[in-house]
Amino acid sequence: VRIVVLAKPVPDPASGGERLGPDGRLDRANSPAVVNGNDEYVLEKALKLIDAAGEGEVIVLAMAPPNATETMRKALAMGATRGVLVTDPAIAGSCTVATTRILAAALKTLDFDLALAGVDTSDGGAGVVGPGVATLVGLPYLSYAATIEPDPAARTVRVNHITAAGYDVVEAPMPVLISGTQALGEPRYPSLKGIMAARNKEIVTLSLADLGIDPATVGSTGATTKVVDSRAPEPRAATRVVREAPDVAARELVSFLAQRRII
Amino acid sequence: MLRDAVKVLADERIAPRAAEIDRTAEFPWDVKELLAAHDILGLPFPEEHGGLGAELLTICLAIEQISRVCATSGLIVAVQELGALPLLLAGTEEQRKRWFPDLAAGRTLICFALTEAEAGSDAASAKTRARRDGDEWVIDGSKRFISQGSVADLITVFAVTDDDPETPRHKRLTCFIVEKEMAGFGVERIEHKMGIRGSPTAELGFRGVRVPEANRVGAEGEGFAIAMRTLDRSRPGIAAQAVGIAQGALEVAARYATERKQFGRPIGEFQMIGAMLADMDAGTEAARQLLYKACTEIEAGAPDAARWSAMCKLVAGDTAMRVTTDAVQVLGGYGYIDEFPVERMMRDAKITQLYEGTQQIQRLVIARALTGRRG
Repeated sequence: VRIVVLAKPVPDPASGGERLGPDGRLDRANSPAVVNGNDEYVLEKALKLIDAAGEGEVIVLAMAPPNATETMRKALAMGATRGVLVTDPAIAGSCTVATTRILAAALKTLDFDLALAGVDTSDGGAGVVGPGVATLVGLPYLSYAATIEPDPAARTVRVNHITAAGYDVVEAPMPVLISGTQALGEPRYPSLKGIMAARNKEIVTLSLADLGIDPATVGSTGATTKVVDSRAPEPRAATRVVREAPDVAARELVSFLAQRRII
Repeated sequence: MLRDAVKVLADERIAPRAAEIDRTAEFPWDVKELLAAHDILGLPFPEEHGGLGAELLTICLAIEQISRVCATSGLIVAVQELGALPLLLAGTEEQRKRWFPDLAAGRTLICFALTEAEAGSDAASAKTRARRDGDEWVIDGSKRFISQGSVADLITVFAVTDDDPETPRHKRLTCFIVEKEMAGFGVERIEHKMGIRGSPTAELGFRGVRVPEANRVGAEGEGFAIAMRTLDRSRPGIAAQAVGIAQGALEVAARYATERKQFGRPIGEFQMIGAMLADMDAGTEAARQLLYKACTEIEAGAPDAARWSAMCKLVAGDTAMRVTTDAVQVLGGYGYIDEFPVERMMRDAKITQLYEGTQQIQRLVIARALTGRRG
C-alpha cells in the first residue's frame, strides 16, 4: 500500500515557547514545533500497515514554513519513506479554506492508496482540513477511525468508525482519505537507527507556483477569516508539588481540594 | 532528535538504576543490554559492519545524556568506543569483519589496555612484552586500571615488541587484540573505587598468552602512535561524560533550590545560592560548547586534534568537579548523604580529571601544541 500522511507541524505543547507575531498570529517559523499529536497516531498506523505488508511507502505531507523540515525529520525517523513540504512565503496567514486548497493540490501530485490525517490539530483545532481535502480531491472520506484494514486485492478499505455508542464498520474503495485519533495506538519512539537513516531521506519542497496556485488567493490577503485579537493567558499561580508517600500525599490532596470546596 | 531519544531512555530506564549501581558496585548488565537493544553501543561502528556510523559529536551527545543520570552507564558507551578505536583507526578489513558486527550489536564488549602499574602518564615506558614465536606472539606482563577489563570479551593491549635500546621510545609498542578465552589471560584483581563504582576497573594478567599474527593491529612498532590517535578521539567521550555529570548535578541543585524553603522562601531566591547556580549553569554550558566544537574540529581532521581533545577534557573535567561540589553545597547536609544523587555525582566527577590522561597531561598536550614540540 502507498500511504500519504498529512502531518502538520504544530507548536510544541511541552515547550511553552510559542511566539506571537506583531499581527497577533502565531509566528510559526520561530516557535518550537512537533508533529501534531493526532497526526502521529495516524502515522503510527500507516507505519504498522507497511510493516505488516512488508512493502509499500509512507509519504509525509505538510504545509509549513521552510524550517519544518526539522519537524518532518522526526516522522522520517519513525519510519516514513520520504517527505513532501509545501512552503512559500505567501502561505503565512492562510485560513482553513486556503490550507485545504493547497494540501488538496499537493495531494493530487502524489500516487497513493490511502491518505491519512489526524481528526484535528492541537493548534487550530478546526477539524475541517481533512474532510475538505477529501472533497476537493474527490475522495471518499472516513472519519474517526479506530481501525484501518486495507484489502489491496479488492482495492477497498474497511474502518471501525467511532460513534457515541461504539463502532460503525464502514467500507470504501481506494484511494480514500481517513481521519483518526489516539484510538489507533501509541506512536513509536524513533530508534537510533531510524534517526540516523532519516538524515539521508528525501524531503521535496513544493512552492505555490509548483502547484499552480495564485499567491493572491491564499495567505493573509486571501483569508476568509481574520484574527481580530490574541492574548497570552494569565500566568498560573505557583505550583505546589506534593512529594510525600502515596497515602500521605492522597490525604493532603483530598484536604487541599476539600478546603477549596472542590470536593 | 537523537539526543532527545537517548535522554528519554536515560531518564526512564537508566536513572532509576543509578543509585543501586553505585551502591552494589556491580556492572549493570541490564543497562548494557538496554544500550545494545537501542543500538547505542553501535554508534561508533561503520554501517557496513552493523553499526550506525555516527560521527564523534553524535557519540558524545549520547554519552552526555546517559552520564547525566548515571556516569557508570555513560562509560559503557565511551569504553566500547575507546577499545574499538585502534581497530577503527588501524584494523584490517578482515579484522573489522571479524569483530565489529558483535561489538556493534553489543553482543561483545571491548576494553583498552595501555596503562600499567609503573606506566601511567608515561605510557611509552610499558613493560608488558610480546615476543614473536613462529606465526604467533607470546604476551607477558600486567595491565592496571583497565576500565571494564573484567567484563570485556576483547582486550586491546599494547606491548613492547622492540626493546633494542637504540629504538626510539615511541617505536617500541605494538597493538594486539587478546580474546578473553585465550590461555594465560586472567583478571587478577578488581579495584575498590571512589566513583564510577559500577564500572569494574581491573588488573589484567598476561602469562604467556599466545596471540595469532591475525590479531596484531597496525604495524609492528606502531602501537604508541595508534594509542595516541585513539586518545585524540576518545578524550571527547570523557569530556561528554563530565558535561553530563555536571548537567545532572545542576538539574538536581536547581530543583532543590526551588523547593527547599528556609527563612520562609525557596533558597534559590537567596542571592548566594542563585549566584552559585548561575555559575554552575554558565560553566557547564561553556564546557559543552567547547566539547561540541572540539568534536567537529576533530571530525573534520584538524591538524591540532590532540589540542582540541585535550582542551575539552581539561575544561569539562574541571567543570564537572566544581559543579558537582557546588551542587553538594547547595543541598547542604542533604547533599552529603545518599538520599540525593549529588554526592555520587561528585565522586563520579573526580575520575574525569584522572583517566585518559590526567588534567596535567592534558595541559602538557596543549602546551606542546602551542610551542610546537613533538612527542
